[in-house]
Amino acid sequence: MSIRVGEAAEAPEFPTAAKRLIQDSQIRRNVRHATDVIRGKRNRVVAELDDWEQLRASAHAIKEHTLRNLVRYLEQFEAACTNAGGEVHWAQDADEANQTIVGLIQAEKKSEVIKVKTMTSDEIGLNTALEAAGIIPSETDLADLIVQLGRDQPSHIVVPALHRNRAEIRQIFRREMNLPALSDDPEELAAAARAYLREKFLRVDIAISGANFVIAETGTVCVVESEGNGRMCLSLPQVLITLIGIEKIIPRFEDLEVFLQLLPRSATGERMNPYNSIWTGVSPGDGPQRFHVVLLDNGRTQVLADEVGRQTLDCIRCGACLNACPVYQQTGGHAYGSVYAGPIGAILTPQLQSMQHSQTLPYASSLCGACYEVCPAKINIPEVLLHLRSKVVENRDAPVYERVAMKIAALALKNADRLSAAQSVGRIAQKPFERDGVIANLPGFLRGWTAVRDLKPIPKQSFRQWWAERDQSK
Amino acid sequence: MSIAKQVILTRIRDALARSPQITYESCPREYRRASALDVRSRIELFEDRLRDYGSRVYHCSSDQIADSIALAMRNAGKTALVIPDGFPRTWLPDECTFTLDNGLSYQALDGAEGVLTGCAAAIAETGTIVLRHSGADGRRALTLLPDYHLCVVRQSQIVASVPEGIQAATEFATSPITTISGPSATSDIEMTRVKGVHGPRTLDVIITEP
Repeated sequence: MSIRVGEAAEAPEFPTAAKRLIQDSQIRRNVRHATDVIRGKRNRVVAELDDWEQLRASAHAIKEHTLRNLVRYLEQFEAACTNAGGEVHWAQDADEANQTIVGLIQAEKKSEVIKVKTMTSDEIGLNTALEAAGIIPSETDLADLIVQLGRDQPSHIVVPALHRNRAEIRQIFRREMNLPALSDDPEELAAAARAYLREKFLRVDIAISGANFVIAETGTVCVVESEGNGRMCLSLPQVLITLIGIEKIIPRFEDLEVFLQLLPRSATGERMNPYNSIWTGVSPGDGPQRFHVVLLDNGRTQVLADEVGRQTLDCIRCGACLNACPVYQQTGGHAYGSVYAGPIGAILTPQLQSMQHSQTLPYASSLCGACYEVCPAKINIPEVLLHLRSKVVENRDAPVYERVAMKIAALALKNADRLSAAQSVGRIAQKPFERDGVIANLPGFLRGWTAVRDLKPIPKQSFRQWWAERDQSK
Repeated sequence: MSIAKQVILTRIRDALARSPQITYESCPREYRRASALDVRSRIELFEDRLRDYGSRVYHCSSDQIADSIALAMRNAGKTALVIPDGFPRTWLPDECTFTLDNGLSYQALDGAEGVLTGCAAAIAETGTIVLRHSGADGRRALTLLPDYHLCVVRQSQIVASVPEGIQAATEFATSPITTISGPSATSDIEMTRVKGVHGPRTLDVIITEP
């Protein structure tokens, strides 16, 4: 098995990466601006719907139901899609998916493909695998194009280049598109991308996409987008390969009425995104005539096996939790070392990798709950974060002093007299470290706590003591 | 059955072995699935949303469609549009040129001034046009490559909400479907909304009786 989530296994741990990124005031400004704008728009259009909470409840229930019946729905989808002229392939992990896709392109004797934004392809490192096989992948989503031409990493699920400002984008386009006179006006930059990509859309005969929703009942696939690059890739080439995580399935066509309300409002703050492409297999004379679906596991079944963690698979990749997260707003997406950043990335990335890598990610949160509040699928992210923290602790060998300290703490906390005795000792022991009502410098391994925050000293009187005295004085 | 499929399905079964079943019917459906808006209010809301997207909106009775098309083309500075095979010929004004899409090449579509189509349904609340890519809607490339799209929507095709729109689309669920809500757009550069990246930069709509 080679389960891979981008470069997450090799990436520096979150605290190390975050420390470096929060020094970069340019990135922080860019991220702050972008998340503020999307959050504002999202809040306005969500407030318009008085049945928002009912929609969330339905989405959550439909997803939970689907996961419990995943075998049935995957087989139903496969049958319907095949019946409509599609061909379904299954891939256990990143390598298998990459090999399948490379094989399909080679069988068509092609050496160039156009791509519609798919985070799943970033997850499996598809572009690297394609390039290794001599196939040139061209990203067509504007933000993905900025990331690809800038030899950069995506930093947001929905707006992957949100860490770049217009001046940086101009620089990348000037260099890569050979347009030395390009200004930094967003209209002009978008027009440059239009001209640059139009040639590819008309010429390249094979496309790779992801999917937002996959309908079991009808074998239908739905891609949600804004620019029209999705429609180009899904309509013009003769061959289409669609890579789908097995959790993207929903039971019935009519379930779209829930998700197509929740996703655009949560993701970009629009009542509806400009384009949805919805297709089933092959339509003679219209669109791709050869259609392949690759159903990907890559760790998802392990996430499913965890009763608390499995709700992570309800995610519809709207990015609302990133925009709402006070930690993401400070660090941006690159600190997470994964194609999935922010709160959802903090629970998805380590779980996909069986908790073997990215173990600091569950700690990349203040547990404030903002992510849970905005999640359209009602994923209780703080609950999963805590659950994963406990798994991280179980998995590792704690240093001796920590184990001893925890044992002593447990002894003290189990018994009121012992706690009160420990408090008395603590009151004496803290004396040398107390300055102006706070403890700012602890010695030894305790320094880790006070390095970034002050500690309140143990008060002179505990609540129990105060309560006892109060009773006596009556 | 492929080995990968076998392995994945077995893993799923193992993962769910101890989890109780949840039925489809038990999923709550307490959101609005129908709306009380009458025809007049639906049209007004739809027009309001379209104007929000920067579209020009025209109204006409069923015998004035040709005049409205001519007016819309004049205002948009267009003299010739491509039409799908199934577009009603009686709706076409004599003074303009129309090219039939009988399998035009992508290059020809790319070079066209614009395209004129009907639609399968429309959703007022989100200003959405639903194409099912047959008859007067045309194939998928037709409404994609030209830079200008003029769409004729009948009043009776306008539903109020997204659930009603999806309900209408279930009748042709397995046809290729495109929903269009305003012109192509991006906010990828500093969250500044730019109209027209790859799809048509201008979308105008004629709403006709009945």
